[in-house]
Amino acid sequence: MKTKRELHLGGLIFIVGLGVLLAALLNQLGFGGAPMEVGQGMNALGGATTGAGNIVTSVVLSYRGLDTLGELTILFTAATGAGMLLARSREAELADAAAPGAIVRIAADLLFPFLLLLGFYIIIHGHVSPGGGFQGGAILAAAYFVPLLTGAGRGLDERSASLIEGLAGAAFIAIGLLALAMHHGFLAPIGPRGTLGHLFSAGSLPLLSSAIGLKVGAELAGVLAHMGQLEEKP
Amino acid sequence: MIWIVLVLVVLMLGSALAVLYLRDLLSAVAASAVVSLLLSLLFVFLRAPDVALAEAVVGAGLSGVLFALVVRRLPKGADA
Repeated sequence: MKTKRELHLGGLIFIVGLGVLLAALLNQLGFGGAPMEVGQGMNALGGATTGAGNIVTSVVLSYRGLDTLGELTILFTAATGAGMLLARSREAELADAAAPGAIVRIAADLLFPFLLLLGFYIIIHGHVSPGGGFQGGAILAAAYFVPLLTGAGRGLDERSASLIEGLAGAAFIAIGLLALAMHHGFLAPIGPRGTLGHLFSAGSLPLLSSAIGLKVGAELAGVLAHMGQLEEKP
Repeated sequence: MIWIVLVLVVLMLGSALAVLYLRDLLSAVAASAVVSLLLSLLFVFLRAPDVALAEAVVGAGLSGVLFALVVRRLPKGADA
């Protein structure tokens, strides 16, 4: 058992260590200067080679597509773990929440379609404007959070969420393998590049973005559906 | 420009301290969401709109709502 003084000492040592680390970093790096030159090369070439107006999306989906697949796997594992944990503690006691008033309920109902629209917009325009699969998918999941918070309705059911999630994940890998079969790299952009900045451009990047968006949205909303079931049991 | 960033940082520090000192748990959750929202504004000023979007959605939106749901599930008198 640690005494209070020992805990304070540990915190102090941690803060001093963090300070030394930050000072060393600031000493080494000039503010605003890029320590690596890969980024400059990608900035110079990215738009021309992938056809995506948003360099960040071209990096996330094409140059570092494999890392994105890894991230999706991490998210999948985390969502599965959360689902298992939440499914176990189903008989937990609930504090009775106050029923929402008319204004909150109607506002939530009005907000829901606009959040869905915003989420799909950000997903589909990921290669043109800021945003992309992860951000748009999180907004889609947030749209399903709103009715749950106000208690106005119920989110989508678990089975369709896991179906969408599985299909979207499979589609992401299938597009990557298709690029491999066409003698490009895994997840390399395939298809016509189109005009820079147009909606139908950048080959397969919008498809990959949509797959990620649906997968992230369904995953987060699935975790949510679990929590919603907890809420419904008094 | 530097003044806007300074104001944002001071506001962020203020709301981060508010998270620690607020007695009501739901208010603390709201204050932590404010920190994320201001951080996303800071990212916009640093010309990183993608990161700003992710921070606003995940930091201010999803995690705030998740915390709020958990606070609602806590038994009464668990505040403070």
